[in-house]
Amino acid sequence: MQRCRLLPYCIFLYTKVRNGGPEWARLPSGRMSLTSSLRVHGMSSKYDVLVIGGGNAALCAAIAARRGGASVLVLEGAPKFYRGGNTRHTRNMRCAHDAATEILTGPYTEEEFWEDLLRVTGGQTDEMLARHMIRESKDILNWIVEQGVRWQPSLGGTLSLGRTNSFFLGGGRAMLNALYLTAERLGVDVEYDAEVTELVIEDGMFLAARLERPVKGETEIRATSLVAAAGGFEANIEWLKQYWGEAADNFLIRGTPYNRGSILKMLLDKGVQEVGDPTQCHAVAIDARAPKFDGGIITRHDSVVFGIVVNKHSQRFYDEGEDIWPKRYAIWGRLVAAQPDQIAYIIFDSTVVTSFMPTLFPPIAGQTVAELAGKLQLDPAALEKTVTEFNAAVRPGTFDHTILDDCRTEGITPQKTHWARKIETPPYLAYPVRPGITFTYLGTRVTKEARLLMADGKPSANMFAAGEIMAGNVLGKGYAAGMGMTIGSVFGRIAGREAAKHARN
Amino acid sequence: MHGTRILDEADRLMTVCNSCRYCEGLCAVFPAMEMRRAFSDGDLNYLANLCHSCGACYVDCQFSPPHEFNVNVPKTLAVARAESYAAYAWPHALSGAFARNGLVISIVAALSMAAFILGFAALNDHSVLFGVHAGPGAFYRLMPHNAMAALFSAAFLYAILALVMSVRAFWRDIGTPIGGRADGGSIVQAIRDAGELRYLHGGGVGCYNEDDKPTDRRKLFHHLTFYGFLLCFAATSVATLYHYLLSREAPYPWWDLPVVLGTLGGLGLIIGPIGLFIAKSRHAPELLDEQRYGMDVGFIAMLFLTGFTGMLLLLLRETAAMGPLLALHLGAVFALFITMPYGKFVHGIYRFAALVRYAQERRSEAGS
Repeated sequence: MQRCRLLPYCIFLYTKVRNGGPEWARLPSGRMSLTSSLRVHGMSSKYDVLVIGGGNAALCAAIAARRGGASVLVLEGAPKFYRGGNTRHTRNMRCAHDAATEILTGPYTEEEFWEDLLRVTGGQTDEMLARHMIRESKDILNWIVEQGVRWQPSLGGTLSLGRTNSFFLGGGRAMLNALYLTAERLGVDVEYDAEVTELVIEDGMFLAARLERPVKGETEIRATSLVAAAGGFEANIEWLKQYWGEAADNFLIRGTPYNRGSILKMLLDKGVQEVGDPTQCHAVAIDARAPKFDGGIITRHDSVVFGIVVNKHSQRFYDEGEDIWPKRYAIWGRLVAAQPDQIAYIIFDSTVVTSFMPTLFPPIAGQTVAELAGKLQLDPAALEKTVTEFNAAVRPGTFDHTILDDCRTEGITPQKTHWARKIETPPYLAYPVRPGITFTYLGTRVTKEARLLMADGKPSANMFAAGEIMAGNVLGKGYAAGMGMTIGSVFGRIAGREAAKHARN
Repeated sequence: MHGTRILDEADRLMTVCNSCRYCEGLCAVFPAMEMRRAFSDGDLNYLANLCHSCGACYVDCQFSPPHEFNVNVPKTLAVARAESYAAYAWPHALSGAFARNGLVISIVAALSMAAFILGFAALNDHSVLFGVHAGPGAFYRLMPHNAMAALFSAAFLYAILALVMSVRAFWRDIGTPIGGRADGGSIVQAIRDAGELRYLHGGGVGCYNEDDKPTDRRKLFHHLTFYGFLLCFAATSVATLYHYLLSREAPYPWWDLPVVLGTLGGLGLIIGPIGLFIAKSRHAPELLDEQRYGMDVGFIAMLFLTGFTGMLLLLLRETAAMGPLLALHLGAVFALFITMPYGKFVHGIYRFAALVRYAQERRSEAGS
C-alpha cells in the first residue's frame, strides 16, 4: 500500500532528477518517463502508444508498453463497471510449465500444450505462431504475477484442470482490477465510455483514432503506435446473422453487449488481412433462461455427460459421452445452434443431481417422462420413446466419470460411447439450453511480433493486435479451457513491447 | 422460503455464488458454501457470521450491481448477521435492543455514568469526592472494594450468562449436520484464525473500504482495539489477584504489572476505536449495512470511552479530579459490561463460533 501511494511521487522525483537520479525512483525497467516522452511531442496530446480495448490483452499491452518507456492511453468503449470485455468472466489461463508450482499439480510441457492445441483445432492453426505463443506462455506465469495478478488452486469442480490451468484468485474481474491498478500506478491513462468511431489509417500506417465523445477535450487521438485489442464481434447480432442467418437471433451472448467488433471491422475495411472462419467461435450450451447478455459462467451446464440431450423433436443428435467434459464442453454451443429453433434439453434423472456443480437455474422436474415433456412443451410420446430406446440400448458397465469408462449404448444412433446409464429414477429432470456465444474467431492476421499484416502481405508499420481480435491466428476452430487468456496475455505483452519499441525509434 | 427477506436474499446469492465459485480462495465463506447445495436458516446465519466484511468478493464479482444479478454478498451478509444477533439474543425479550442499538447503548452509558457520579456524591462527603487521595486503597475511599467487586462481578457474570445462552442457540442452529461439541483442534484453529483476523485480508491484498482499492487499515485498528481490550482485562485480573492473594491494594505504581498492562491496553482502546470509526465513516455505502451504523458506532464509542477515561484516571489520579474521573470510568466499564450481550460485542462471539464450526467442517472433509 505504501508503495502504491508513493509511486506517483517517485515518478515525479524521477522526472526532477532524471539525469543521474537514484535507481529506486525509476519506472520498473523503464527508460523514459511519461513527461519526457510528452516533451518530445511538444506537450501535445499525442501518445506513443494507443491501446483500443480494455481486457486482458489490452492491459497487458498497456503495461508492457509503459514499462517499455512509452506514454500510453487506453480507450475502453464500455463503462467502468463493464470494463474488460470477456476477461471479466474468465477464470483461468493455460500456460506451459516444466514443473509443478504452488498451485499447479504437475508439469505441462510445451510439447503437450502443442499436441492439445493441434487436437482441438484439428490442425487449423498457424504452427509458427502457436509454438511461439506456447513458448512465451511459460514466462507469462510469472510475469502476470509481477503485474499484481494472484493465482489460486483450481476451483472446486474443476479438478481436471489442476495441472494445466492457473486460476485467478477472485476470478477474471479480480485479475482485471489488478492489471488496471498496476497500469494506473505506472502512469497509463485510461478512459472509459470511449467509443472509437473511426481509425485514420494511410498505407498501413495508423495516424489517429476518432471518438464518439471528446476525451480530454479532443475527439481525435493521435499516437505513434496502435495496439488493437478490442475483441471479437460476438455481441453484434446483425454481424452474426451474416453467417448464421436468423438462427443468430436465438443465440445468447455470454459477455457484455459492448463486444461488437467495431475495431475489427474498421481494420478489415482499411485493408488489414483477415484470418479465420467467420462462423467459428467459442460457444457452449447455456441455460435457455439466461439473460440475453452477460450471464457469464454461471449459466453453463456440466450435466451433459450424465444424461441425454434432445432437440425440440425429442430426438438425440450427438454422442453425449464422446470425451471427458472439459474437452467437449465447447462444442455443444455449435451443436445446439445447428438444431431447429436453436434449443435443446439435457434430460437426466434424480440419481445424478449431485454429480455436477449446483446450477443457477433449478432443473425442471416431472414425476414421469411424459409429465416432464409436457413442462418442456415437447411431444410426450416422442420423449418417452427416445428415453425408452436409450435405456434399452444401455450396456452394463462400471461407471466412472473421471475416465473414459465402459458404460455405453449399443444399437442406437447416435451412440453414447461412455457414461451411459439408464434414465429411470423419478423425478425426471431437464435443463433447457441454447447456444451461448463466448467469442468469435474471425480476426486480423498478425506476425510473431503481433504486428498486423496488410491484405497485400506487407506488415503494418505501426499497428499491432492482441487477444480475441487475432485469436483466429491460433484457433482455427475448437477450444481448450484457458487458451483465450493465454492468447491475450502473451500477444498483449508482445504487442505492447513492440509498439513501445516502434514509438521510441 | 426462509424466515426473513434478508435470508431469502442470502439464499439467492449463495445459489448464484455456488454456481460460480471464483471467490473460493478469498475467505472461509465460499468454501463453507461449497460444502452445501441447499441452505437452511442456520446455514445462512453461519455463513453471515463467517463473513469478515473485507469487501473483496464485491470488488471481484462480475455480477455485482449494476449487473442484473445484483450480487452483493458483503452487504447482504452484514444485514443477515445483524439480524442474527437479535434472533439469538437471550432473553429473547431483550432482542429489541438491537433494533435501536445506538440509542440503547447511549442511554445505558449515560445512566450508568450518572449513577456512579450521583452515587459517589451521595455516599461520600464533598471533601472526599474532590479530595486528593494517594497511596494504597486511594480508590476505595470513594467506593469500598467489596462493593466495587460485587457490583462488577454481578454485571460481568450476567453478561457471560446471556452470551452463553445466546451462542448456544446459534451453535445449535448452525451445527445441525455434524452437531454436538467442538473438538480441541478446531477450537485451537479458530483461536488462531480469530486472533490474526485471517479472513480480514481481501484474499491477500488487503481489504476494501472506501473504494475499489485495497487500502483499508481496519485489520490493524481492530488488532489495536481487540488486544487493547484483552490487555485491560488482564490488568484488572492481575490487580484482583494482587488484592486477594497478595493483599496489595490499588493504585499501583506506574511500573507495576497492572498499570503497564492497563496503559498499553488503554492506548490500544483509544487509537483502535478512533481508526475504526474513521474507517466506518468512510465505508462505501454499497458495502455496508447502514441500518446498523448506530450499533457499530455505539460499541466503538463505548470502547473508546473505557480506554479514554481509564487513561485520564491514570494521569490525574493524584489530583482532585480523581473522584469524578473514577466515577466516569467505572460508569463506562459498567455500561460496557451490561450491554455486551445486546450490542456489537456479540459479533466476536458469533464469529468465533462460526470459525470453530468451519474448522470442524474442514477437518471432517479432510478426514472423509
